Amino acid sequence: LEELAFEEAFAQLEAAITALQDGKLPLERALQYYQEGMKLAQYCNELLQKAELSVQQLRVDGNGTLSLQPFDM
Amino acid sequence: MHLFEDIDEPAVVSVSAVALYLKDLLELNDVLQNIWVQGEISNCKTYGSGHCYFTLKEGDAQLHCVFFKNSRLRSSAPNLSDGMAIAVNGRISFYERDGKLQCYVERIRILGEGVLFRRFEQLKARLKAEGLFDEERKRPLPPQPAVIGIVTSPQAAALRDMLRVLNTRYPLARVILSPTLVQGTEAPEAIAEALDLLNEHGEADVIIIGRGGGSIEELWAFNEEVVARAIARSRIPVISGVGHETDFTIADFVADYRASTPTAAAAAAVPNIEDWRADIQEKQRLLVSLIEERLCDLKEQLDYAMRDLQRTSPLSLVERRRQQLDETTERLQTHMQHRLSLHRERLRGMAFRLHSLSPLLTIARGYAVVRRESDQAVVISVQQVQAGDQLTVQVQDGQILVEVRS
Repeated sequence: LEELAFEEAFAQLEAAITALQDGKLPLERALQYYQEGMKLAQYCNELLQKAELSVQQLRVDGNGTLSLQPFDM
Repeated sequence: MHLFEDIDEPAVVSVSAVALYLKDLLELNDVLQNIWVQGEISNCKTYGSGHCYFTLKEGDAQLHCVFFKNSRLRSSAPNLSDGMAIAVNGRISFYERDGKLQCYVERIRILGEGVLFRRFEQLKARLKAEGLFDEERKRPLPPQPAVIGIVTSPQAAALRDMLRVLNTRYPLARVILSPTLVQGTEAPEAIAEALDLLNEHGEADVIIIGRGGGSIEELWAFNEEVVARAIARSRIPVISGVGHETDFTIADFVADYRASTPTAAAAAAVPNIEDWRADIQEKQRLLVSLIEERLCDLKEQLDYAMRDLQRTSPLSLVERRRQQLDETTERLQTHMQHRLSLHRERLRGMAFRLHSLSPLLTIARGYAVVRRESDQAVVISVQQVQAGDQLTVQVQDGQILVEVRS
């Protein structure tokens, strides 16, 4: 879970909900989706909590090679 | 004038004294008190008060102008805008508070559109004819850009404003700044190159191109064709945010999305994380209610099943049978007791009868039982005995041994 990007985690959360909305799902699977969904929601919240904008600067050297460098505001 | 009377020993004077002196100097000059000046309007602003402020430019010189509401109404002047070439008539004086010289305009004459404005209109018409402004060319902005490219000056306040907005609204994003000049003669080429570099680098999902507010000259780079072309050929969607709400540049027309300011451009580029927080919370609630609903359903089904099961259960049959068994056992016992007591009664009757028939009773009345001593056979006939036989005579309380004589 730790390696998921926010967008992926969010998409999976939506998928879990869609799956849960299917009333014919076996109980065990439903509980799995529920637990997974809650974990994903928690994870998304954490990501939002600790997110910080990263800023880099695009540089081009004499050969026309591009590189990214940290940018201090 | 008294202020500089004693030139050999200059006095120290206050700022307001100098200001007043300058004011007097200008206002006493007849030429300056009724003069026509021509130039191009720049930095034109009309405030809520109805007063209009602008700079009249020509060559390398500029003159600050104030066109008060009363004067505007009296002269029925048209609305002024940047780039217009006009002649103004008024008086020139010194404005102490700002320490600047300005023209108090009484009336104006339109001389036609300014050079900049004409260039702007020509380029706009040409690019429009080419289809560069067509709605079909405009690409949708990515809803959740992971990387945001920014083309602007690294020193500008506009950049800090944009970064602040991005950090508040969508800190998940990564920003790649492609630094460039945003004003001056080299700015158009630099802006176009910075934009091209971001495309070459290729990571950005959306690009903001912009700068903060300024005069029409300061914003002019964004009206140049090289910039328009660079925006048009960008493979990555471009948001323009140049100047203030009222400023429109060629870049705005070519861009996929025109924001009124750099700050607005940053806001348009990303979703708001606060909406997501609410969304996630909503989804959490949905998850809980879905699973609860499900469990509740299942529990209900289970209850039904249990009731059904109870109705058809073999246990109830067992229960019934056990009861029957109990009843039967009870009946059996009663029956048995009845039978037993019946037998007991009969036995007692028989014993009584037996007793009455007992020979002992007869013996008690004086009879005796005679047996042969040898074989204890009861003697009931003389034939059974001979003289000399030993006999026992049983009486009520014992036996008497006798011998037969004859």
